[in-house]
Amino acid sequence: MKTFKMGGVHPPENKFSAGKKTKIISLPQQVIIPLRHYSGNPSVAEVSRGEIVKVGQLIGRANGFISANVHSSVSGKVSKIDNAMDAFGYKFPAVFIDVIGDDWLDEVDLSPEVKRVCNLEPHEIIKKVAEAGIVGLGGATFPTHVKLSIPQGKKAEVLIINGAECEPYLTCDHQLMLEKGEEIIIGISILMKAIRVKKAIIGIESNKMDAVLNLEKWAKTMEGIEVVPLKVKYPQGSEKQLIQALTGREVPSGALPIEVGAVVQNVATTFAVYEAVQKNKPLIERIITVTGKSVPEPGNYWVRIGTPFTHIIEETGGMPQDTGKVVAGGPMMGRALPSLDLSVAKGTSSILFIPSSESKRGKVFNCIRCAKCVFHCPMGLEPYLLMNQGEKQMWENMEENRVMDCIECGSCSFICPSNRPLVDYIRYGKSTVGTMIRNRKTQKS
Amino acid sequence: MNKLIVSPAPHVHSGNSIRKEMVSVLIALIPAYLVALYYFGVGAIIVSVTSVISCVIFEYLIQKFLIKGENTVSDYSAVLTGLLLSFNLPSNLPVWIVVIGALVAIGVGKMSFGGLGNNPFNPALVGRVFLLISFPVQMTSWPRPIAWNTAYLDAETSATALSALKEHLGNIPSLFDMFVGNMGGSMGEVSALALLLGFVYLLFKRTITWHIPVSILLTVFIMTGIFYLVNPQTYVSPIIHLLSGGLMLGAIFMATDFVTSPMTKTGMTIYGIGIGIITVVIRMFGSYPEGVSFAILIMNAFTPLINTYIKPKRFGEVRKNG
Repeated sequence: MKTFKMGGVHPPENKFSAGKKTKIISLPQQVIIPLRHYSGNPSVAEVSRGEIVKVGQLIGRANGFISANVHSSVSGKVSKIDNAMDAFGYKFPAVFIDVIGDDWLDEVDLSPEVKRVCNLEPHEIIKKVAEAGIVGLGGATFPTHVKLSIPQGKKAEVLIINGAECEPYLTCDHQLMLEKGEEIIIGISILMKAIRVKKAIIGIESNKMDAVLNLEKWAKTMEGIEVVPLKVKYPQGSEKQLIQALTGREVPSGALPIEVGAVVQNVATTFAVYEAVQKNKPLIERIITVTGKSVPEPGNYWVRIGTPFTHIIEETGGMPQDTGKVVAGGPMMGRALPSLDLSVAKGTSSILFIPSSESKRGKVFNCIRCAKCVFHCPMGLEPYLLMNQGEKQMWENMEENRVMDCIECGSCSFICPSNRPLVDYIRYGKSTVGTMIRNRKTQKS
Repeated sequence: MNKLIVSPAPHVHSGNSIRKEMVSVLIALIPAYLVALYYFGVGAIIVSVTSVISCVIFEYLIQKFLIKGENTVSDYSAVLTGLLLSFNLPSNLPVWIVVIGALVAIGVGKMSFGGLGNNPFNPALVGRVFLLISFPVQMTSWPRPIAWNTAYLDAETSATALSALKEHLGNIPSLFDMFVGNMGGSMGEVSALALLLGFVYLLFKRTITWHIPVSILLTVFIMTGIFYLVNPQTYVSPIIHLLSGGLMLGAIFMATDFVTSPMTKTGMTIYGIGIGIITVVIRMFGSYPEGVSFAILIMNAFTPLINTYIKPKRFGEVRKNG
C-alpha cells in the first residue's frame, strides 16, 4: 500500500466515533462568528449592531487577496461586533448574533436533490468559491479560491483530495465521505474543471475502507477520479507527504505543491465547494467530532459556524468529570483550549476531551541521542539539534539546519523517550527565523 | 469549574521512556548472560552482580553528593552500564578490580560529564579499557569454559582464540564452539549465537537499527577476507575473525550505545566502517590481540564530527547550482 517515504509515527488511532451517523446540533441562543478564520487578513464587518440578518447573508467581506468572506450561519439580530477569543487564545473581531428562527436567504437551494451538472466556466467557479467564503477545512483554513488560482507560468496537472484524516480520534471527514460520497465526487469534478486538470486522486488511509469503497462507487460515475487507499501512518494528511504518497513527487523545500503540478484540497472543502457552486450555499456549517476516552457517546455533529462550544458540549452529554485538557482538533496538532468560552470556527474539526491523567507532559530528561526524532521526522530534519540550538538561540544555525521546513507534525515530541519538548523549540525557532528572513527581504528590496 | 490544562501540541505521547529503552537492551542481553552462566558459572555471577551493584551505588552517590541533582538510578542506565562492563571482563577477575572498573566507568566515563546523555565515550568501555591498561595480567587470563563451573578466582585458564592467533599457538577452537560460545574470553562475548539473538530482539523492538552492527561486521569480514585470500597461510579465515574476541558484543551492544553513536543512518554506517577498519588494523598489526574496545572509543570521539557533517536526507532537497 502506498505511503510517504520518510519518517512518520503511528499513534494509537482511538477513532471512537468512527461510523457514528451525523446528528444535528440544535441552534444556540447566540452565535459568535469570528471574522478571521485563517492566517490571512480578517474580513471587514458588513453589518452593524441591531441589523436583522438571514442565514447565508454576507456579514464580513474579504479584505485583500488572502482573506475570505464570512456569512451568517443563523437568522436573527446582530447584538454586537466585538472582540472574541479564538482557539489560539488571541482576540479577534467577531459578530455576535442573537438567534431568531431559522430564516434562510431565498437563493440558497435547500432541496435534498443532488445536482450533478455544472456548466460554469473555471473563473466563474473560482468566483463562486470565493463568494461562499470557503477555506481549507483540514485545519489550516487557507482561502480555497487562492489555492485554485494557479500562478502565472505554472500548470496544475493533478488534483489531490485529502481524505487521509491521519490525526487520531478525528472522524469528521470519514463520516462525511460515508454520507456525502456523491456530493464529494461532484465537488471534485467541479474543482478539476476550475483548475483545468483531467486527473484527480483521492487519498484515504486504509483504516477507512468503507469510505474508500463508497467513494470508489461514486468515482465511477465521473471521468478521471481515482481513489487510493494509503497505509495508516501519521502525518499522511500533510500536504507534502500526501503528494509524495500518491504521486511519488517531492515538493521542493520552501516551494508550494503547484511546483510539482499538484493542488491539494481536503474532502470537507470539496463538499463545501459542491454546496457553494451547485446549491448557492455559503460555508456556514461543518461536521465536528466530539470525542475522548471518557466521553460516554463520541459522535459526529453538524454544527453552524459560531456555535459556542458550551452549547455543543451541553447537547452532547456534557464534559466528562475527569477532563484535564480540551483540544480543538486532533491530539497531534490540535490546540489546547484555555477556556470553553469559544465558538466553532471554520477550521474547528473536533472537541477532544483528554482525561487529566493524560493531560500533563512527562518529566523531561537529558537527550540520550537515541536518534528516534531523526528517524521519525517526515521532513528529514534533526529535531534534537534544532532544539539544542533553539535553547541557545542560535537562529542562523537553525536556519542552516532547515528549521523552516518543519511542518510541526509533532512526531519528534511524540516519540522522544526523554519527553523533550522538541517541536516547541522548533516552533520558537521558526517564528524567529521567519521574521529574520522577512526582514532580510525587505532590506534587500 | 476546574482549570483546563494548556500546552502546545502534541497532546499525546508514545509512552516511550529511557527506562523502556534500557530494559529492551537488558532483555536482549539475557541469552548472552545465560551462556556466560553456563560456561563460567559462579565467577560470572560474582563479577556481574558486583559490577551492576557498584555501578548503581556509584551513580547514586555521585548524583547525591557531588552533582546534587535528582536521583537518576531509576532510569536503569547504570544497571545496563554495569552489566555491559561485566560482559567485557573475564569471569575470574577479583571483586576489587571489578569495583575499580565500575568506579571509572560511572565516575569518569559518565558522571564527570554530567550524567546520561552527556558522555562522549561509552562508559562501560572506558571502565574496561582502564582495567585492561592498569591490570593487564588479570584482564587477560581467561577462564576455560566448563559447563556448570563452580570455580572463581582459581578457575583454570586458557588463551582466547585471538591471543592464540597472535602468539601463533595454533589451538583455535572449532567454528561451532566459537559460534555457541565454548571458548575462552570475556564472560559476555563468547557466544555469537546468543548475541545475535539479542540483536534480533533489539531490531524487533526497534531499539537500534541494523546500520552500526552490520557495517562493523561487514567491514571486518571484507578486510580480513582480503588478507585471507592474499595469504591464507599467515592469516585466518574472516569467519574466525567475526566469531572471536569482543567483535559481536562490541558491534551489537557497545558500538550501538545511543549517547555515543551518530544520529543519522549514513553517519552510523561511516562510524561502523571506521570501527571495523580500526579493529582489523589493531588485530593484525597492533600489540594487543583484541581491538574492538579501542576502535569503538576512537570512533566515539569522531561522533560529533560525523553529526556535524553528515545530515539526514532532507525532504524536498534543492540541489545547489541547479
